[in-house]
Amino acid sequence: MSGGLDVAVLTAWLGRVAVRYAAEQGYLCDLDAAIGDGDHGANLARGFTAVVAKLGQPASPAALFKSVGMTLIGTVGGASGPLYGTLFIDMGKAAGESTTLDAASWAKVLAAGLAGVAARGKAQPGDKTMIDALTPAVQALQGETDLTAALTASAAAAVHGAEATKKLIAHKGRASYLGERAIGHQDPGATSLAMLLQGLASEAG
Amino acid sequence: MKKFINAADRVVEDSLAGMAAAHHDLIKVHYEPNFITRAGGPVKGKVAIVSGGGSGHEPMHGGFVGRGMLHAACPGAVFTSPTPDQMLAATKAVDGGTGVLHIVKNYTGDILNFEMAADLAKEENIHVNAVVTDDDVAVQDSLYTAGRRGVGGTVLAEKICGAAAEAGADLETVTALCRKVNASVRSIGVALSACTVPHAGKPSFTLEDDEIEFGIGIHGEPGRRRAKHASADELAAMMMEPILTDLPFTKGDHALLFVNGMGGTPLIELYVLFRKAHAIAAQHGVTISRSLVGSYITSLEMAGASISLLRLDDSMTKYWDAPVVTPALRWGA
Repeated sequence: MSGGLDVAVLTAWLGRVAVRYAAEQGYLCDLDAAIGDGDHGANLARGFTAVVAKLGQPASPAALFKSVGMTLIGTVGGASGPLYGTLFIDMGKAAGESTTLDAASWAKVLAAGLAGVAARGKAQPGDKTMIDALTPAVQALQGETDLTAALTASAAAAVHGAEATKKLIAHKGRASYLGERAIGHQDPGATSLAMLLQGLASEAG
Repeated sequence: MKKFINAADRVVEDSLAGMAAAHHDLIKVHYEPNFITRAGGPVKGKVAIVSGGGSGHEPMHGGFVGRGMLHAACPGAVFTSPTPDQMLAATKAVDGGTGVLHIVKNYTGDILNFEMAADLAKEENIHVNAVVTDDDVAVQDSLYTAGRRGVGGTVLAEKICGAAAEAGADLETVTALCRKVNASVRSIGVALSACTVPHAGKPSFTLEDDEIEFGIGIHGEPGRRRAKHASADELAAMMMEPILTDLPFTKGDHALLFVNGMGGTPLIELYVLFRKAHAIAAQHGVTISRSLVGSYITSLEMAGASISLLRLDDSMTKYWDAPVVTPALRWGA
């Protein structure tokens, strides 16, 4: 993929992610039922279906990210809506005027999204949240100039980060009330975040 | 699952339509995004109070919209936080030019969505303050968790702050009063049976005939511990002990005692609990000078009850007694 991330590629990515969340919603709900309230997969499937329906033809990656973010905060609900919404809205602010994102600009954009989510959720790495998948994904992009290699490494790091949440005690959200009973369960938000970045690697990697 | 519903995904809208029809003189229901306001428009020059949360806790919050209490409420899906577009629309609809107070129960989803709504409102030059209620003593360790949950004390805060706003108090005064009410109230809940979320179709947990869940929240989530069922007097004592010791309440305090039904417990039983809770307060030297008994913050059809105790001062007492005209609370007018 030499052309970089433009509106067409990003639109195709979101379509792919919507299909994946619809297919995996039972799995994500089961992960959530173990340590939360069991609606994560259904909420994300509903949100990304709406994202695809409302997207239209945005003029730039920045406009696309903002549209996705606003749709997600209005349709997902719970904690995931504002967190995923903030991710995309802050990515949009960082995308600026670019029509096509290369590896370096994508690294900057995703880092801005991470900063927004961390500030919104007041979460840090190790709290057993989506931050635990997003942080290594951002780190894996640093210094990588080839977009394909960057997206592949970033997705793999996110998946690894999500799996590593199994051994963590949750410090945020409803799972935090479980204490040590949360150990052994993979965080649903980290898992869905990894799926999001796997989708981008598949689409543009 | 045996419920008076047409379809799980229509429960909230169908119920809102019923509320709108039943209380058209008091409230107006807005759809897409969903929120409830007073029947009249914004009150110029007076602070507006907006609350909201998942549905399934009726009459909270929509039933508290009206003169002397809330200006707007945002109902989410059952047990799911409403979204910022709802809160923003409600905030804009009721802003009388002197600012809006958001009263938010301490749940991660509610806080994040209300924070986003407040950010968006600020971009539109509406001054928003937020107070997070967290009166549930069942959650002991708030350092490493999302903290204590907002439960029964929220109802009392909405009534008292609504009266202060009606009396013309400014935003900072109403905000400070809300924080004071929250800091002065402690609550705990007990479930005798679980509840069934319509879209889940099955109970959130199961209790044997001789078991209770002690320290439940309001979403059918498990509590602090499971215990053997006991007499009402024993349960009231179990509930009053952590409430009295946490604040702590002391001899000579005047307090409001609120015994709340979780949705499936009849008033006759709530009064049995009130009798003992009142006696325990008296033994502790706490005078119960105001009271509220009934189902005001519920968990669908859950059988159970919560007890809240609020230490009153003269100002809180005055605002508690002030007139209120809402679908669920009405006196003095």
